[in-house]
Amino acid sequence: MLSVEQFLTLGAILFCIGLFGALTKRNIIIVLVSIELMLNAVNINLLTFARFGLMPSINGQIFTLFTMTIAAAELAVGLAVLISLYRNRNTSDVRDQDLMKW
Amino acid sequence: MFSGLAITGQTVAFFVIALFVIACGVMLLSMKKVIYMALSIGGVFIGCAAVYLMLEAEFLAFIQVLLYAGAITIMMLFAIMLTKHDEIEKPEPITAHPVWAAIGAAGFGLVILWVVKFSGIKWPQATPDSPFQGQDNVKLIGEALFNQYVIPFELVSVVLIVALVGAITLANKEEKN
Repeated sequence: MLSVEQFLTLGAILFCIGLFGALTKRNIIIVLVSIELMLNAVNINLLTFARFGLMPSINGQIFTLFTMTIAAAELAVGLAVLISLYRNRNTSDVRDQDLMKW
Repeated sequence: MFSGLAITGQTVAFFVIALFVIACGVMLLSMKKVIYMALSIGGVFIGCAAVYLMLEAEFLAFIQVLLYAGAITIMMLFAIMLTKHDEIEKPEPITAHPVWAAIGAAGFGLVILWVVKFSGIKWPQATPDSPFQGQDNVKLIGEALFNQYVIPFELVSVVLIVALVGAITLANKEEKN
């Protein structure tokens, strides 16, 4: 019988892959993709506790629905910013976006 | 680590899916071409949808395929095509940055794994019968969403419309005066 631990482990591994990608990748779009990966890991955790938690209920699924909506909104704005950045500076490398670097 | 798990169809399916998801995640990290990275994230999204199915969230699994694997992956591909897409990440002189990132991510992962596995927290025991037994998942979500969570639902729709209008405004080419 599967329980909380296996799903939480999967979520943790996915989150760490996303974290590493967001910290090391050089293409801005891939950084954004890695952030989506981390959000997916969080969604798996929420659904795990909605199904196997102490008080299983539908509320976890509702929260996941909200997370997905916010993630979609975030991604739309992020991609628009990227397109606009690329148009202005003609690069998609993270390390070139250092205008506000101290 | 996973001792005491009976080998049933469910556990085998879970481990196959988990392996697929993690393999796609590692492909995302290790691919050289940006377009392959974006395609491998599609695999992660589809695998996550399968995990949602195992967690008895059928509606969310469907939404995941529709929204993430369908829309977001394609939008990523569009964005990559609109920017420099034939660029290959060149091997750089080794700096300390990826090493520190790896140490940080691995340390964070180990902390979580310690909490999950070895810290002695008594996780709630899984019940073999589902808490949502015999109930329609979509109906349950709809009832909760429109009874208990009406105001957050409306707020989220406002957030979504503002974000999309803002995205169009940002990406729109400004007129030259």
